Amino acid sequence: MKVAIIKYNAGNIHSVKIALNRLNINPIITDNKDEIISSDKVIFPGVGEAKSAMEYLKKKNIDKIISELKQPFLGICLGLQLMCNHSEENDTDCLNIFDSNVKLFPPKLKVPHIGWNTISNLKGELFNKIDENSFVYFVHSYFAEISNDTTAETNYILPFSASFQKNNFFSTQFHPEKSGNIGEQILKNFLEL
Amino acid sequence: MLSKRIIPCLDVMNGQTVKGVNFVDLRQAGDPVELAKAYAEQGADELVFLDITATIEKRETFVELVSRIAQNINIPFTVGGGIQNEKDVEKLLNAGADKISINSSAVKNPNLISKLKNQFGSQCVVVAVDAKWINNDWFVFVHGGRIPTEIRVIDWCKKATELGAGEILLTSMDHDGTKNGFAISLTKTISELVNIPVIASGGAGNSEHFAEVFTKGKADAGLAASIFHFGEIKIPDLKIYLKNKNIVIR
Repeated sequence: MKVAIIKYNAGNIHSVKIALNRLNINPIITDNKDEIISSDKVIFPGVGEAKSAMEYLKKKNIDKIISELKQPFLGICLGLQLMCNHSEENDTDCLNIFDSNVKLFPPKLKVPHIGWNTISNLKGELFNKIDENSFVYFVHSYFAEISNDTTAETNYILPFSASFQKNNFFSTQFHPEKSGNIGEQILKNFLEL
Repeated sequence: MLSKRIIPCLDVMNGQTVKGVNFVDLRQAGDPVELAKAYAEQGADELVFLDITATIEKRETFVELVSRIAQNINIPFTVGGGIQNEKDVEKLLNAGADKISINSSAVKNPNLISKLKNQFGSQCVVVAVDAKWINNDWFVFVHGGRIPTEIRVIDWCKKATELGAGEILLTSMDHDGTKNGFAISLTKTISELVNIPVIASGGAGNSEHFAEVFTKGKADAGLAASIFHFGEIKIPDLKIYLKNKNIVIR
């Protein structure tokens, strides 16, 4: 199976690669359009800042091809946020895949939201064999609002989207690559799509 | 609900885990990768690896170790010890570390925090603070607790947060190695002062100490080393104990 990890100016790409290596998959890390298009699965990870990430994708003309892809596609963390309509982080227009907007957490509790939190109202194949209220690992300061595309919810300060799905597009706000055995099962579910 | 985190800390020297009692008297406590795997399986929420020889000796062996750890565990881990600049951080993150911890180099050059925040994001910048009670206040110590500074711990934690730290790893040198409990009032003060997570460290001797630092101390995470390495507290038992105290635990 050919798995492509989209390379852009965000951290955490190596963690995803290493996590796939643990599942005996050796992904390519690329910002080449043709390589992305010809892959069986595409992963769009990242921890970083929305505006500069979108600018990088535009510069490489990757922004246009993402929404055209037909193979299973998984956005993680910043990846999920960039797949929404808009992010408050430096007022950034995003990829318009999920009908949701990304906002900064109000500072009622500590921000960033760092650590293990539960996911509930789980829907779709990504959460096969995953129990309601399983703990997964989050690190983020911005959150995506719950919408019709939401497939998992988490509560921190307020309820937000821990996952979206629309057609072949999947995403998680949490880091499956760092979420122990639960996260490993979610990655396996994605690879088996 | 966001859970409180239990974090075993592995001090590493020449590729082996060690733990100092009051920062001296090192004892061997096993292979870091094997320990890391065991902790991840037992339910540790995160791990910290500190290269305590890094300021003196070559760092390449540590980078290799970080890479081996990343290949073997599926939970987040932080690495620290002797990190001087962005280049050091980049190497460690590329080797698979999730976060880096800086201490002396940040005190010496506070702008390092904002540089790292801008380049890698604050989520991976942990500022470690070694605190010691002197003349009725907590002061920051650097270089593995060997050198005092005139900086008050509360001032430094506030400044580090403003510069872009993602978390504070707060060690009370007075409590470290004593097994008499964490520095509750210091932890509470800092946790209420800053709007980022505080990891309490130093003094854990039993499960009650963790309950205390999470409730009275308002810590987001509790870190310990030797009591875990020598099996004095088993992580599954600790987690059951805390759950029974109605503390949110994974």
